[in-house]
Amino acid sequence: MSDTVALVVNGESRSLEVEGRTLLVHALRDGLGLTGAHIGCDTSQCGACTVLLDGRAVKSCTVLAPQAEGREITTIEGLSRDGEMHPLQRAFVEHHGLQCGFCTPGVILTAADLLSRDASPSDQDIRHALRGNLCRCTGYQGIVESVRAAGATT
Amino acid sequence: MIPAATRYERASDLDHALELLAEPDAKVIAGGQSLIPVMKLRIARPSVVVDISRLELRGVEVRDDELHIGPLTTWSELLDSEMLDRPALAAIAECARGIGDLQVRNLGTIGGSVVHADPASDMPAVLLALGARLELRSPGGERTVTVADVLLGPFMTALAPQELVTDVVVPLPAKGSGSAYAAVEHPASGFALAGAAALTTPASETVALTGVGSTPFVLPEGDQGEAIAAAEIFGDRFASDEYRRELATVVAQRALVTARERAKEDA
Repeated sequence: MSDTVALVVNGESRSLEVEGRTLLVHALRDGLGLTGAHIGCDTSQCGACTVLLDGRAVKSCTVLAPQAEGREITTIEGLSRDGEMHPLQRAFVEHHGLQCGFCTPGVILTAADLLSRDASPSDQDIRHALRGNLCRCTGYQGIVESVRAAGATT
Repeated sequence: MIPAATRYERASDLDHALELLAEPDAKVIAGGQSLIPVMKLRIARPSVVVDISRLELRGVEVRDDELHIGPLTTWSELLDSEMLDRPALAAIAECARGIGDLQVRNLGTIGGSVVHADPASDMPAVLLALGARLELRSPGGERTVTVADVLLGPFMTALAPQELVTDVVVPLPAKGSGSAYAAVEHPASGFALAGAAALTTPASETVALTGVGSTPFVLPEGDQGEAIAAAEIFGDRFASDEYRRELATVVAQRALVTARERAKEDA
């Protein structure tokens, strides 16, 4: 049984057919081709599927697509403006915030939520906010430095 | 992982939600942070998920010496509330801050957490220590139950299938009170291996534990060490009953010490 869901994704109105059980991450990846939301653990632990729902970071593997009806979703594909990287994206390049990059879209979107509430978080605040994003490459130090640097430029 | 096939219905108001819940095996979804994971594991296979998340049941306010928390209030919204910024209620934000992670706190709700009745969830312990109650609504009418009477066992509550929480009510403690929450978490899941909430008032002290029994529970009054020694505490592969009892003693003490300090600030 399928329903039409209307979403505003990266500023654009989109609608697609989903089932009642369709997870938001599958709607974004398979329905809309936005593969920047990664499926990592698929159990709400790793945060690789994080997107912004009305500006707040959520794990899109733990949201039913129809729950997002009419709401604004930002994926990593929607962060850059006019070909310019978002300050967080630039900071991750400059401060070595990624290695393999699998976790990076989720980390950046979680950090975007944090910085929207507090532009100059302490390192402890950054680590607390990123607790739901697992990175197996960097040891987190580069990530924390990137988020701190991005906060300072916004 | 993909949940078993189900229908999705969005409730337009409380009566509509209760009507939708008449269907056998219907499940309520609010934030979905507990339900969706168990649907993906196919432990839960609801016939229909009734989305109540757009009902007007959110927000924090103080009315007539009582704190009212809308059951759909998310942990993030709770953390933003200035109403909780007083020593007697400090345990609420202290506890909410440690729940899940930022993403989970953006969606997970206080009402959902209580009626999911996970034996290791944090906030029920705080609500128990504060003597909170729930306002419930069903097609038959309204009723009031204490949090202690709602929690029957692991993932089991006194709610009828066609019944919803409409308010979480915490009586404001007397002047000179303080509360606190302390837990030792399982490092991977973040759930409490043992958690304790304490409320110190000029008249009494209350401690509630979570993560150590089949439901969160209030320790009987009197010597706290003896009460924990006598409590029914379970063990599993993460922590033996003996170790959990030791942890319970530690977190109860930590919560009490902080609650007492806060009570002094509540002049």
